[in-house]
This record gives sequence, structure tokens and C-alpha cells, in this order.
Amino acid sequence: MDAANYLYLSALLFTIGAVGVVVRRNAIVVFMCVELMLNAANLAFVTFSRINGDLNGQVVAFFTMVVAACEVVVGLAIIVTIYRSRRSASVDDASLLKR
Amino acid sequence: MLDLAISVGQTQTPEAVLFWVLAPLTVAAALGMLLVKKAVHSAILMASVMVNLAVFYIAQDALFLGIVQIVVYTGAVMMLFLFILMLVGVDSSDSLTETIPGLRPIAIVAAVGFGGLMVSLIGRATLGRNAIGLDAANSLGNVEGIAQLLFSKYVWPFEVVSALLITAALGAMVLAHHQSIQMRPTQRQLSTQRFRGKSLANAAGLPAPGVFARHNAVDVPALLPDGTPAANSINATLQARGDMLNSGTFELGKVDTSKGEEK
Repeated sequence: MDAANYLYLSALLFTIGAVGVVVRRNAIVVFMCVELMLNAANLAFVTFSRINGDLNGQVVAFFTMVVAACEVVVGLAIIVTIYRSRRSASVDDASLLKR
Repeated sequence: MLDLAISVGQTQTPEAVLFWVLAPLTVAAALGMLLVKKAVHSAILMASVMVNLAVFYIAQDALFLGIVQIVVYTGAVMMLFLFILMLVGVDSSDSLTETIPGLRPIAIVAAVGFGGLMVSLIGRATLGRNAIGLDAANSLGNVEGIAQLLFSKYVWPFEVVSALLITAALGAMVLAHHQSIQMRPTQRQLSTQRFRGKSLANAAGLPAPGVFARHNAVDVPALLPDGTPAANSINATLQARGDMLNSGTFELGKVDTSKGEEK
């Protein structure tokens, strides 16, 4: 099978994740869409690692996972903090600087 | 797109079967994540996408990453998401009305453009050779190969990433730390408040809830000597939620005593 199929899938998942970040309003769902984009990039890394026949791509994907875990921890803490003060997890409600 | 159509025709290997079964499922789950209303359903669909991706990793000779994907992502990260969802409120479903006018069509057009660009780019790019595959690189074993790279070429990034992890953990602790606005009153202060306050009405303590011998639950206010309910015998939280019963319903003569036990 052509390994490029995985790249097509990766591009598709990345696009879906990007649309989710723009369209959805619940901060947690937006966050999950960011995770989807990171995962899609990881799939591309793993596929390129296979195409090129060395493991560098897999190591980079491994680093991406660690960074994504950090991002989730801090991001969710921010969401909880905002929810505590504003009683809402919607990204549209946190627009205090605009007014 | 032509290449995609051709490669559909070429699928014979078991891996191709796996791919063409799981890839539509993955895309459908990702799309569902975008479209469902409740955040919990989104989380479940996200978990299924992650498990599918783990299968793809393993199919592509990335055994270690496949396992880590399941353990770290589906195990830890998604549980964290669900945990926060429970904290923030499970039934806080997203209203799908758009607040910024015209955002959704623009987003869809941009997505189609971007996706089309990516797909056509991948379709046009050629390496000039077939995929090498990881058989040679994995000859010592996948974990050993990754470990060799991680602890030689990538040892500095590895250390930096560990610093990042510690920073993130500290940051989350600082962010989630709840600073109480006022001091908790000490026993001495409470006692002073009780006896040196404006009136000595509550000096002997607040009345206990419940109507004597009729209904002793905490949600029924006690009756004062003149028959009116004593509001301060009920927990303020129960009052605010409206979870209190009217003690008048337990007055003698109103309760049907023939049934034996009240209520």
C-alpha cells in the first residue's frame, strides 16, 4: 500500500481539527480539536519516518506527545481558572478586554 | 485526487484493508467530534480517534509510539479532559448558534481550500523512490532504536523537555491554586461574635431543624413558639436551592395518621 495514504488522512484530520478550533465555542472542545491537529501532525511524522527509513520522525513525534501533554495540563488549568471566575467555559464569554 | 483513486485500486495487502476500514472510521469520528453538541460525546469520539491513530502507528512499525499513544493520550490526556468536563459541568452543552456572523461559511471555505491544497500537494510530491520501510532501522527492535537516538542525538532536547514538563506541572499548580478571599474565623472569633454581638438571640446556638416528633429531616425548618418556621434552622445552601419543605404540612391534624408512618 502507498504510504502516502496516511499523509492524506493526516491532512484531512488536521483540517477537521482546524475547523473545530475556529467553529466550536466550548473551550474544552476547542482544546480537543487542537489535540486532534497535534495527533494529525504526529501521524505525518510517523509516516515520513517510515518513508525515509529512519527513526528520527518517531522521536520527533514522541517529543510532540510530551509537549502536547504539557499543553493540556496548563490549558485545562487555565480553563478551570476562567470557569471559576466567570462560570462559563465558552471562549466567546471571555472578552473583557474588548469592552 | 487521481493518485488517491489509483491507490484505492492498488490495495491488496492486509495493511491496506486495515487502512481502508479504519481511516473512514477515524475521519467520521473526527467529523462527529466537530458536529455533536455535548462536550462529553466529543471527548468519547476524540478517544476513538486516538485509539485508531495508535493502530495506524503500530501498522507503520512504530510500536513504541502506538503503545505510548494509548497509554498517554487515551489513558491520561483524555481522562484529564473528562475530569475537567465533570468539574466544569457535564450538561453544559454548546449552543451551536454562531456568534460571529458569517464565521461558519468562511471557516468551511477556508478548510476546503486548505485541505484541497494539502491533498494536491501530497499528490504532486514525489520522492522518486518507494518508501524504504523501517525493517532495517528496527532491526534491533523499535524501542531500542528509539532509545539509541533519544539518548545520543536527542539527549539535549530530551532534557529540555523534562524541564518543560516540570514547568507545566508547576504552572498548573499555581493556576489551579485557590486563594481564599477571607480568613477562616477562628473558634475564639466565633465565640466573641456570638456573645458580644448586637443581640444575644442566638447565644445558645441556632435552632435545630425539624418538627418535633413529626419530621426530623434537615430540610424542614423548626417551628417557633408562635407557629412560624424558623428560617435560621436550615442550612443556607438548602434554602438557596429551594430544597426545603414547608413545616406547616406537618402540623397536627393535617397529617394523615391512619397511614402510620408520615410521608
